[in-house]
Amino acid sequence: MTDSSSPLLRLRGINKSFGAVHVLKDVDLDVYAGEVTALVGDNGAGKSTLIKGIAGSHTFDSGSYVFEGREVHVHHPRDANALGIEVVYQDLALCDNLDVVHNMFLGRELAGGIVLDETTMEQRANETLRGLSVRTLASVRMQVASLSGGQRQTVAIARAVLWNSKLVILDEPTAALGVAQTEQVLALVRRLAEAGLAVIFISHNMTDVFEVADRIATLYLGRMAAQVRADEVSHTQVVELITAGRSGELGLAPNKETVA
Amino acid sequence: MSVLTEEIVEEQQSSLRGALTGYLARVRGGDIGGLPAVLGLLALVVFFTVMRPDTFATAFNFANLLNQSASIIFIAMGLVFVLLLGQIDLSAGFAAGTSAAVMAVMLTQQGRPWPIAVVVCLATGAVIGLTIGGLVARLGVPSFVVTLAYFLGLQGVMLYVIGEGGTIPVRDSTILKIMNSNLAPALGWLLVAIVIAGYAWVTLSSARNRRRAGLPVQPVAAQLFKIGALAVLVIVATLLLNQERSRNPEITSLKGLPIIVPIAVVFLVALTFVLNRTAFGRHIYAIGGNEEAARRAGISIDRVKITCFVICSTMAAIAGILFASRDQSVSPTTGGSTTLLLAVGAAVIGGTSLFGGKGRIRDAVLGGLVVAVIANGLPLITSRSAVQFIVTALVLLFAAAVDALSRRRAAATGHV
Repeated sequence: MTDSSSPLLRLRGINKSFGAVHVLKDVDLDVYAGEVTALVGDNGAGKSTLIKGIAGSHTFDSGSYVFEGREVHVHHPRDANALGIEVVYQDLALCDNLDVVHNMFLGRELAGGIVLDETTMEQRANETLRGLSVRTLASVRMQVASLSGGQRQTVAIARAVLWNSKLVILDEPTAALGVAQTEQVLALVRRLAEAGLAVIFISHNMTDVFEVADRIATLYLGRMAAQVRADEVSHTQVVELITAGRSGELGLAPNKETVA
Repeated sequence: MSVLTEEIVEEQQSSLRGALTGYLARVRGGDIGGLPAVLGLLALVVFFTVMRPDTFATAFNFANLLNQSASIIFIAMGLVFVLLLGQIDLSAGFAAGTSAAVMAVMLTQQGRPWPIAVVVCLATGAVIGLTIGGLVARLGVPSFVVTLAYFLGLQGVMLYVIGEGGTIPVRDSTILKIMNSNLAPALGWLLVAIVIAGYAWVTLSSARNRRRAGLPVQPVAAQLFKIGALAVLVIVATLLLNQERSRNPEITSLKGLPIIVPIAVVFLVALTFVLNRTAFGRHIYAIGGNEEAARRAGISIDRVKITCFVICSTMAAIAGILFASRDQSVSPTTGGSTTLLLAVGAAVIGGTSLFGGKGRIRDAVLGGLVVAVIANGLPLITSRSAVQFIVTALVLLFAAAVDALSRRRAAATGHV
């Protein structure tokens, strides 16, 4: 996985302002297929703005957005979906009153004519879950309301990979989970990368980050402080990058910061 | 998930006993479905039969009861669509009245043929629903307020349409037949055969498809039990209704299924199909369950909402035709009084949630029958309308309380 030559997603010089607030300043980001790229940073560092821009919920003010080597323009979530980019938001966006299959196909139901093709949908849901080695669901016909937090997260992730997606963005997937369920979800995140997908993993938990990430991208006050390989940095260095924007040789140059 | 639930799910797929245990577990978990309505209906029928065996428990009264419940059931079937979204339509009663008034004016005062009058009647309902839906979905005005305004406004429109005369008689023979004639007994049996065979075919063929696809299937015994239960129910009802009901059979013979019964069955099947087997139906449940999730899934929320209000008001317009047919006239009180409350009550008693996301078309039918049994049976016991109002109100409160309680229980046990 170390020899991924060109990144699946390459962002260069991304800027985004909301009114007078300059949220993203000349941000660069490379995301490789088959790898988990952790996106870390303190609250307000611009993580959400960055992923919303990638996903098409916001439009970047300037900068280049290159996907699979082509410059693309993503102005709507549909554009991102068409490229193969799926986001699993923190609140998961599942309907409690529908079952697992219904949720996985919500908005993109398979139908023969006007009649829903429940059999094929259920088969494909099963296949996708099996492909992710998910064994925690007894039946895909269970209502989502009866699932645990980890199972819900699993369903949301499975929905994201159902559509032959290439890049899956996970927004704090382990934030609300217990120890055992966090392990399950992290293992699932690893399997996504092993299956060849590019994964952007947002988390505040350094233990989780070091457990799954191949690369770590640190945002500090709207700037990309550093993007490094996970095995080349220590826990402490990443924490310093998050809180101060630099750590020794890594990170933003000190003078640059005083200018900002 | 607990080991217990997993076992139940596994068992469910293997044996009839397992299917039963699974069902009981769901009921205990707050997923009660139509159970209270079925039990309530049974209890009410037994109660009135014991109290008034000679007037309540007659074939004549049974047919009468079906006719009484029909218009409430039609309004309630439409309301299910709106309730599933977590919205309400308080104007459905007067949407029925207004549409009926338009039809009556066209038939009686302008002398137009019935098909044109019916189409205009349905269009009136559709336009009412379209404007309500537009105000709710596009402007974001709460449906409670919009339809409360329509509740008042449509009464005015009705008075305007009906004019000074007060009551417009309806004499068109086709319209009158809807609520006042019966199927020939042989035709009734043919229909019964079609319904049972159709249900059996749908159940068994979908099970066969699932088995072929390697998916878990309900036990055969459970499938046969469902088919058998439906068959018994339909056959007993038809036996009753095919008896001679007339007091003077020599003058007029009254027997066979009231024509409104097959019409209602067609709507029950068609609307159930829309809700359960189409993407549109699935989106209605999704919006009722989590509107934000539905929006992010790319569902056009506005379009679904507007369509549901159109369906609701159009079903109300059909109920308006039934009112006109039964009363043989349209007056400013058609669709007024307790009509709307009974229809909402019917849907809720049947098991449709006021909180959205949960409900079926058959709830409207079940609940409508409960409401009709009360409305039909109570006057046989007491002539005091005070008692009738209070009892109906208590039943409605009881149903809403069961809804809220089962919801709380469901939240605690993880069912919805």
